[in-house]
Amino acid sequence: MAMTETQERESMIREGVAELCKQFPGEYWRELDREQAYPTEFVRRLSEDGWLGALIPEQYGGGGLSESDAAIILEEINHQGCNAGACHAQMYIMGTVLRHGSDEQKQQYLPGIASGDIRLQAFGVTEPDAGSNTLAIRTRAVQQDDGSWVVDGQKIWTSRFFHSDMMLLLARTSEPVEGKPKWWGLSTFLVDLREADGAIEAKEIRTMMNHATCEVFIKNLKLPAEALVGEEGMGFRYILDGMNAERILIAAECVGDGRWFIEKGAAYASEREVFGKKIGSNQGVQFPLARAHAAVEAADLMRRRASELFEAGEPCGAEGNMAKLLASEASWQAANACLDAHGGFGFAEEYDIERKFRETRLYMTAPINNNLVLAFLGQHVLKMPRSY
Amino acid sequence: MRIAICVKEVPDPTAEKRIDEGTKRLVRSGENTLNPYDRHAIEAAVRIKEGPAPDTEITIVTVGPATATRSVDRALAQGGDQSVHVADDAAAGSDLLGTARILAAALKRGGYDLILLGQQAADSESYVMAGLVAELLELPCVTQAASIELGDGSVTVKRQVESGYDTVKATTPCVVSVSDAINDPRYPPLPAIMGAKRKPHEVLTLADLGIDASTVGAAGAATSVAALSKPEGRGDTIVIEDDGSAAAQILAFLVEKKVVA
Ligand SMILES: Cc1cc2nc3c(=O)[nH]c(=O)nc-3n(C[C@H](O)[C@H](O)[C@H](O)COP(=O)(O)OP(=O)(O)OC[C@H]3O[C@@H](n4cnc5c(N)ncnc54)[C@H](O)[C@@H]3O)c2cc1C
Ligand SMILES: Cc1cc2nc3c(=O)[nH]c(=O)nc-3n(C[C@H](O)[C@H](O)[C@H](O)COP(=O)(O)OP(=O)(O)OC[C@H]3O[C@@H](n4cnc5c(N)ncnc54)[C@H](O)[C@@H]3O)c2cc1C
Repeated sequence: MAMTETQERESMIREGVAELCKQFPGEYWRELDREQAYPTEFVRRLSEDGWLGALIPEQYGGGGLSESDAAIILEEINHQGCNAGACHAQMYIMGTVLRHGSDEQKQQYLPGIASGDIRLQAFGVTEPDAGSNTLAIRTRAVQQDDGSWVVDGQKIWTSRFFHSDMMLLLARTSEPVEGKPKWWGLSTFLVDLREADGAIEAKEIRTMMNHATCEVFIKNLKLPAEALVGEEGMGFRYILDGMNAERILIAAECVGDGRWFIEKGAAYASEREVFGKKIGSNQGVQFPLARAHAAVEAADLMRRRASELFEAGEPCGAEGNMAKLLASEASWQAANACLDAHGGFGFAEEYDIERKFRETRLYMTAPINNNLVLAFLGQHVLKMPRSY
Repeated sequence: MRIAICVKEVPDPTAEKRIDEGTKRLVRSGENTLNPYDRHAIEAAVRIKEGPAPDTEITIVTVGPATATRSVDRALAQGGDQSVHVADDAAAGSDLLGTARILAAALKRGGYDLILLGQQAADSESYVMAGLVAELLELPCVTQAASIELGDGSVTVKRQVESGYDTVKATTPCVVSVSDAINDPRYPPLPAIMGAKRKPHEVLTLADLGIDASTVGAAGAATSVAALSKPEGRGDTIVIEDDGSAAAQILAFLVEKKVVA
């Protein structure tokens, strides 16, 4: 059967990504995992070959691709056993600059981000006392008489800090003001980490998976007036604007993981013999894989629906959030089915399952906790009483 | 310099092959991809263009179903400037000779200086297309190129043979099939992949090439596949459990088989 134009496009993207990823097999990731080291070479190749600049318009040297295309890129990275979590932010953090930045900011930064020369993949939002509740952040930026800013505060879980040239920072620039909405008063800044000498200190947090995430302490950081992105006070809205795109991309990564687990699990269950028969013929082994497969494919449909709406400029908060919820649950279901099918071998490093298992678990918690997704659906879609 | 590269779309080599019991032909409805061997030919051409002959124009030439466009684009992404795709239902079921006739007609029309092919197609693995095409075009033919050097009106090709290398000089135009040891093909970056669609694609029918449909396709096939069978099993497998004497047992086995003396 002939492919539709969309299928053909997808399959070209998939093949291109897969060819690159095949140069970075399990051993590569295992070795990094042991040291909790960053996949520098992998990310460099993805950048050089234009994959991480996919969403940047062609006029700035990017790929000019759609959200759907970008989703396929990240999905395929994870499907190939690699970890898009190490670099996905380079793809989408720039969205805030693209949507709300000035022409000068776009000219100055987007081409470098597209080529990978500027790594804008640190996003400082979460703080020790402000996780799910972003409006509670206390990092403060104070404007000086000459228009410049001075920032003080603390961030936590700032991923890829040590592998970034720039950071997008959310800071409070004003206390709540009567007559303004309650989200007003936060602003976004582009922080050039290469020039932040001494004012920012970061400490790596070792986590259960290899994620290069940090605690960041900001003290008397001077930023030029031009570091502000968009309008002062509007930062929270800008972050929300980027969220639907992020939800969709994260969902796609989960779908990729899910497919990796299911393919791996089904292949093993069709080979391994116990009690003189293939373990995959036992429904106790087969059905969890089949059920997880159904869940992953259903989540993929929701992801596609969300992408479609996103690209049509329609509201897609509900679909984007549902896609992220369903996909992260499905990949976790697939991870467990795969691990179970492998028996004890699933725990052995060399099968890569335990690594992917740890990696995929994160998606239920970050960038947004699934509880908050449910709360969003309950309150905003189903109009039930609020918890946040 | 004008280079043509003959490329074929083949079923994904990592997928299991299926044969249609009725026609005894390979089922091509699954995932298809650009013949991996042809990627070496494209790489060889791109290196000529990047090196000694920057004004080189590279044309991707394929004979295959209309659905083979994806593989054509994959080839263009890797380095072609334009493509010629002969797609005609009447070409289906062509045997080697039929395919070669169509290819030769398409190549003749382009007037190329150098015609490159892969060493083999990953599906039917005949290894002879280069010879057939060269014969029909009455051009010199060099196979299994491990390196290609441009001369003035000629190419010098190092051929990989069992005992070492032959160095062969051929006048251009000529046909060269490249070995898979000639280079490491690059994989295309995103802009090249997305840019492939925008390159000129020419799609031709048999009539465009003045080919009588009865001389190609299933109708014109001079060979037919009589039977297909699976390779015979390799005989009994001996499993040696290590009770401390495994190494000695393996050595004894190898000596018995005269693998080691
Ligand atoms: C590896 C990793 C990388 C990260 N990278 C980044 C990054 O690069 N940049 C960044 O800014 N942040 C990052 N984060 C932070 C992440 O976004 C937060 O961890 C997440 O938003 C949850 O916040 P929290 O951890 O403070 O949990 P809390 O907000 O303290 O919540 C704790 C628990 O209570 C639940 N809960 C709270 N309120 C409700 C409610 N109303 N209804 C139901 N349940 C509720 C939550 O769902 C959660 O289960 C990262 C986190 C991790 C673990
Ligand atoms: C056992 C067997 C089964 C076959 N089954 C089928 C079938 O199921 N369906 C079917 O349609 N045909 C079938 N054929 C025909 C076969 O596809 C043609 O013979 C084929 O196009 C040429 O043979 P090859 O690919 O093995 O050539 P090889 O000599 O192995 O190929 C060498 C090079 O020739 C070039 N080349 C080969 N074919 C093409 C092409 N079509 N266009 C452009 N360049 C090309 C490539 O550069 C390739 O690397 C079969 C042939 C055999 C022997």
